[in-house]
Amino acid sequence: MARLMHKGGNIVREIIKNRVLFLMLLPVILYFVIFHYAVMPGAYVAFVDYNLNKGIFGSHFIGLKNFEFLVQNGDLWNITKNTLLYNLVFLALGNIIQIVFAIMLSEISGKWFKKVSQSVILLPNFISMVIVGVFAYNIFNFNSGFINTLLVSTGLDRYEFYSDPGIWKYIIVAFKIWASTGYGMIVYLATITGINHDLYEAAYMDGATTWQRIRYMTLPILKPTFILLLLFGMGGILKGSFDLFYNLIGTNSVLYPQTDIIDTYVFRSLVGQFNFSMGAAVGFYQSLFGLILVLVVNFIVRKVEPDSALF
Amino acid sequence: MEKNTIKQDSGSILIKGISYFCVAIFALFCLFPFALMISSSFMNEQEIVREGYKLLPNEISFKAYDLLLNNSTQLVNAYQVTIFITVVGTVLGLFMMSMAGFVLNRKDFKYRNFFSFLIYFTTLFSGGLIPTYILMVKHLHLKDSLFAMILPAVVGAWSIFLMRNFMKAIPDSLYESATIDGAGDFRIYWRIFIPLAVPSLATIGLFSALGFWNEWYNGMLYIDTPAKYPLQYFLQRMVSQTNLGALINSGAVINTADLPTQSIKMATAVLATGPIILLYPFVQRYFVTGLTIGAVKG
Repeated sequence: MARLMHKGGNIVREIIKNRVLFLMLLPVILYFVIFHYAVMPGAYVAFVDYNLNKGIFGSHFIGLKNFEFLVQNGDLWNITKNTLLYNLVFLALGNIIQIVFAIMLSEISGKWFKKVSQSVILLPNFISMVIVGVFAYNIFNFNSGFINTLLVSTGLDRYEFYSDPGIWKYIIVAFKIWASTGYGMIVYLATITGINHDLYEAAYMDGATTWQRIRYMTLPILKPTFILLLLFGMGGILKGSFDLFYNLIGTNSVLYPQTDIIDTYVFRSLVGQFNFSMGAAVGFYQSLFGLILVLVVNFIVRKVEPDSALF
Repeated sequence: MEKNTIKQDSGSILIKGISYFCVAIFALFCLFPFALMISSSFMNEQEIVREGYKLLPNEISFKAYDLLLNNSTQLVNAYQVTIFITVVGTVLGLFMMSMAGFVLNRKDFKYRNFFSFLIYFTTLFSGGLIPTYILMVKHLHLKDSLFAMILPAVVGAWSIFLMRNFMKAIPDSLYESATIDGAGDFRIYWRIFIPLAVPSLATIGLFSALGFWNEWYNGMLYIDTPAKYPLQYFLQRMVSQTNLGALINSGAVINTADLPTQSIKMATAVLATGPIILLYPFVQRYFVTGLTIGAVKG
């Protein structure tokens, strides 16, 4: 107790001594306390039958009933499966395409062409997903979409994309890749240009072909970055790209079986159904599962490559 | 990559050719939706209804733009809202984050590891959407307030750490000599660190501004009054609705039956994208630097 008092005295002394520094840090700390830490106890709403008037802690406690219901009606399984599968495809396919384009771009010698194409491929990173949704509407909508314009002009029948759940898997993945290739490509390209040029020259002298150089030098050098990005991506694998899914699918329930992810489900339980407890239960499950995944992945990274671990 | 073209085996020429081809095709794919959106916005409504959106319209019409720009539409409000949240959010955020970065980098600040972890932990675990919504609406009373779009996004954990890493590059001796000259902590931050940190402020500021410019999500969750919709949410409403009368404040001037429903959606999208596309060539350099730094350092 005395030691604690002593320690407390130290803190007070420290605050008084460095009061300006504490004041400068205060706004950011307040932000995190209010918008992040004050929200955490609110996860309790997942364990009650939420009543708007009674508030979170005044509502009737029902334990794991919300979770039981979600497991029994199959919703939890479906959205977990969708979220996991989409993110796995985004991660694996996305990274491979980014690497391929980074290598191709590094092989191009025309400066002007390189610069322009790099800028153009990066462009989709900077527009909002709302605009991506507009693009999808522009291309796929039934009455005036570009593809239907093409179909009609070649004498074929219009196709109703917005009522075919199967096709949206591919459209979503395509738009995701479209929007994110530029970013990853530049990250990988930075690694490639960081490779010592003398190494390549030495390989040339020894008679290595371009293909051999890519196969035996560039790819192995990119491998650790690839594995790391993949591993860290795994930590966030239950977090969905709400922006993308909502703007492409919106409230079109016909497409839900194949396109509903955890984030869109939680959003709907809030906005459409005002079912706060159910949504909070799914959100809590997502956060907790996510935290565990990050810890596990970090553990693996620390075993494989101690320098790259997050903590 | 290769400067000396001593031996150009046929394989390397093939790889080069394939590279040029694939990169060009992908770049065209990246441009195509923009081109389609722009050309569709200039289409005549009858042509869209008859044949649909296309890349090369038979006839160019400015009606959608004329309607959007020459009538007091909600679009003007949306622009004002977006500019307001972008400016206030970015300036406020940069101020808060640079101060935090400065303090967390100070080696004589005892609790810097504790506070760094406090910030870092929020990237691992979050309360979730529903508790956040309850907090924002029931406790902070931010429903239908412009600050509902500014405050939740004002600072980012990674940006603070990025800022701290930038500050690390500034030598400690500068700070020590300033202390000897009698400058206080805030003065050192404001007069010495801020001028030196301009490149990092520019990079993080650009990303932050871009985030606010593209804001629509908090607008959708918290904003009820159409006059307070941010630009991207206004656009989202415009595209997802068939009845545009309420969104376009036509008054008595326009007969809603005459509204060029299809082209006006694309024209709104063009106007919402415009500033980014126009600024893009100038700021792209900063973006690329920011992307690579962000990737290398956490």
